[in-house]
Amino acid sequence: MYKEILATIDNVAIWPVISFVIFFSFFLGLLWWAFTVDGGFIRTMSQLPLEDGTDSTQPANSSPL
Amino acid sequence: MELEKIHYDNKIVKAFIIASVIFGIVGMTVGLLAAIQLFYPIFNFDLQYTSFGRIRPLHTNAVIFAFVGNAMFAGVYYSLQRLLKTRMFSDGLSWIHFWGWQLIILAAAITLPLGITTSKEYAELEWPIDIAIALIWVVFGINMIGSIIKRREKHMYVAIWFYIATFVTVAVLHIVNSFEIPVTLFKSYSWYAGVQDALVQWWYGHNAVAFFLTTPYLGMMYYFLPKAANRPVYSYRLSIIHFWSLIFLYIWAGPHHLLYTALPDWAQSLGVVFSIMLIAPSWGGMLNGLLTLRGAWDRVREDPVLKFMVVAVTAYGMATLEGPLLSLKNVNAIAHFTDWIVAHVHVGALGWNGFLIFGMLYWIVPRMWGTKLYSTQLANIHFWLGTLGIIFYALPMYTAGVVQSLMWKEFNPDGFLTYPNFLETTAKIIPLYMLRAVGGGLYLTGVFIMTYNLIKTAYAGKFVANEEAEVAPMVKSSSESGGWHHVLESKPVLFTTLALVAILIGGIIELVPTFLIKSNIPTITSVTPYTPLELHGRDIYIREGCVGCHSQMVRPFRSEVQRYDPKFGEYSKAGEYVYDHPFLWGSKRTGPDLQRVGGKYADSWHYRHMLSPGDVSNGSIMPSYPWLFEQVIDKSLTAGKIKALRTVGVPYEQGYEDLATADLEKQAAKISENLKMEGYEVVPEAEIVALISYLQRLGMDIKAEKKIE
Repeated sequence: MYKEILATIDNVAIWPVISFVIFFSFFLGLLWWAFTVDGGFIRTMSQLPLEDGTDSTQPANSSPL
Repeated sequence: MELEKIHYDNKIVKAFIIASVIFGIVGMTVGLLAAIQLFYPIFNFDLQYTSFGRIRPLHTNAVIFAFVGNAMFAGVYYSLQRLLKTRMFSDGLSWIHFWGWQLIILAAAITLPLGITTSKEYAELEWPIDIAIALIWVVFGINMIGSIIKRREKHMYVAIWFYIATFVTVAVLHIVNSFEIPVTLFKSYSWYAGVQDALVQWWYGHNAVAFFLTTPYLGMMYYFLPKAANRPVYSYRLSIIHFWSLIFLYIWAGPHHLLYTALPDWAQSLGVVFSIMLIAPSWGGMLNGLLTLRGAWDRVREDPVLKFMVVAVTAYGMATLEGPLLSLKNVNAIAHFTDWIVAHVHVGALGWNGFLIFGMLYWIVPRMWGTKLYSTQLANIHFWLGTLGIIFYALPMYTAGVVQSLMWKEFNPDGFLTYPNFLETTAKIIPLYMLRAVGGGLYLTGVFIMTYNLIKTAYAGKFVANEEAEVAPMVKSSSESGGWHHVLESKPVLFTTLALVAILIGGIIELVPTFLIKSNIPTITSVTPYTPLELHGRDIYIREGCVGCHSQMVRPFRSEVQRYDPKFGEYSKAGEYVYDHPFLWGSKRTGPDLQRVGGKYADSWHYRHMLSPGDVSNGSIMPSYPWLFEQVIDKSLTAGKIKALRTVGVPYEQGYEDLATADLEKQAAKISENLKMEGYEVVPEAEIVALISYLQRLGMDIKAEKKIE
């Protein structure tokens, strides 16, 4: 006699819980870092695409098409 | 400080741009043809090489890997050099990467119309090409990591993190999903079977969207949008949170492609939860992109580059809200297997990828050729044609999806299906298919206009193959205040390893339980391996891309059980698929589900139907398959197929390969005689006989069990 169920497995319920714990602990650490990091560093980083040492992509040349 | 003179390599960027535009036109044209075939089946030309089932994968592979892929490499090679203030690590590797990738595309363009396919979506290419992809991808990775190591800029801008995550994750996804056992040079069977194969495939399929179509393009957004807007990104902090949360969450969401299927419930729930959480980083990224334009919105009115990018980022936001909503089980119950999904992916592909590429090209080409864009007006026309194209594509498909799904599920007061004939529900949406083709046509017209505009621009200027830059050599940063993350992104190899760990955790926890725990796939004693003839038939089913339109997955809904298995009322069980290498659940029902089709019709019905579907089912949009009646199966491959499947766990007895051909001939002779009695002469070796044997087998195991009970 075969009885079909959509595989209910009690002992693997732990997997999603583990996943949540790992993710959230990393994420909380990341948030803490992002909000405490030095503003100067953030400003330097965000300027990186605009300072590549070439003429053609300097801000002065970026606007007109 | 002494400034150093270096030269950025523009030539490789130019090569990838040209390849992207050419293959974009080819891929979209094939897509348009496929769209037209759905309302004028005559455009299948009764030719095997141009039938819908074979050119649909050609379309998807061409636009994903050739159009979007080549544009991604162009964007990465352009921005990476400038962000790292160095030329690429090796010009030689750059060109091996370029030509290797184009050869892979060429191989795909030849093999897919020939029906050489694994049938796993976006991973259709056969094993020799899979190996080539892995090798060329590693070349790309070495070139990128090498450039990062020899950089003159201490810190890696967030775009580079997205590129690293792309490289690492696509490598892992591609290798894991491509485990297969070769039978011949052009034929292999997936290492995994049934539920496991489905889970691996959609872990891959979903993350191919995430890490091939999304993360590299987010990197490009974080580079090109600030460049085009001439202002830094709105919030660099937010971009960091965007990156980590996105790569952490994305890798888990794959099972949302398998809701209500025979996949274990816990895996489905996992996919749903992580999909919903994905809204947060996705919208964080979208808002970060849009807010970068704060104070510059007046320029969006004038600058086509910004117009394209704004719509691209908006489309990213729309698609990443829609995706999680589609992952809710109640929404998925309606939307899955319908054209809604087709609309969803095209908002992403046409809107997000396409428009970001167009914006990038309009920005990059004038600069690389040292001139101005030939015509802003033509670019504006392209913008409006493209935007209208997306609308005319998406809206009819949303409507078609909902209309068809509701018709599938409608019951009359007597408790029977209102539309028991599947074809009625297809006929209803044909006008919407026509409108969709109009949308696709508009979009493609825009691409032609862009190509003309860019060529004229290039002719007006002079190509700068090696762009000179003056940069300072790398020095120890004076500010060490960035903390641990600051240290982390100044160590690229460590960073790459951590990114790998981040995505592996998701992958392992998602996949491993299904592999280790046997109870995930309840066994059904009456399910037995396919006979040799059915195996050949199944391989023909795979070759013709039947899975592109027909699912083999009856979901546990009253409407589906009543439609597909009215007699026994059985929805699909995981145990039915244990010998399916690869699984053929499908993701779209342009035609009805076939999981229970065995025994439903006579052999002769299938014979006539495959020869001319329209004559058997009036109004059918299925292509004809006349070549199946002329071509014969290669019986010499039977033993190899049996042995390969035994290697991956199908319990054929030792030595059965020697008896298999005799079994095959016996079964084929029986079907051939059946057909003869009804007046259809066909040789037993004809491919149609093998295909009929497979179709007649589908769902019979579970019916056999019911009879025993």
